[in-house]
Amino acid sequence: MADFDQELDASGLNCPLPILRAKKALGGMSAGQVLHIIATDPGAVKDFEAFAKQTGNELTESREEGGKFYFLMKKG
Amino acid sequence: MAEKKLAIIATKGSFDWAYPPFILASTAAALGYEVQIFCTFYGLQLLRKKMDMKVTSIGNPGMPMPVPMPVLMQALPGMQSMMTMMMKQKMKSKGVASLEELRELCIEAEVKLIACQMTVDLFDFSPDDFLDGIEYGGAATFFEFAGESDICLFI
Repeated sequence: MADFDQELDASGLNCPLPILRAKKALGGMSAGQVLHIIATDPGAVKDFEAFAKQTGNELTESREEGGKFYFLMKKG
Repeated sequence: MAEKKLAIIATKGSFDWAYPPFILASTAAALGYEVQIFCTFYGLQLLRKKMDMKVTSIGNPGMPMPVPMPVLMQALPGMQSMMTMMMKQKMKSKGVASLEELRELCIEAEVKLIACQMTVDLFDFSPDDFLDGIEYGGAATFFEFAGESDICLFI
């Protein structure tokens, strides 16, 4: 099940904290590793797309389930 | 790809107006931008060791109020502190970062903070009032960076 290397629970946090926390977590990872992010801020969906586009990391999954948002970000 | 640059001029010293510079600077830094915030006039409040900014509804008819209140009542002693406290509580309940946290994230991300020397002198501030490690400079200092920036914001 665990198809990621690290997990970040940004539930309850609002813009721009999920992005900033993710950036920090990715900073401690190596290229190719995957970060699993959980968020409740609806704005995070577009923000993580934009973040990936601008930073060279790859957003491999983005889905909503039960009012929460789940992302997989592969470090570039 | 060369690093992009964001230059911000922060001129406001109220609690609510302190957010945009810190949010944009920290986010831009996370996206790989090199960022400078030039703080001038009331924006110097962003650099105080202990930030103590207030939000006010006076002269701000767009501010949503929990209960409608005549302007004269909004001006009563203690109202400003109360509104600031309520705003802080609301932000906390919504998971919005505190100014202290955002500023710390900016500093961690090496956002350069510059105090406008002229206004520091004008208001008789001393460097002891401000964070350690910030820079002091004038308009020409700002343009050295802003002139090469990709985005320049006056807040």
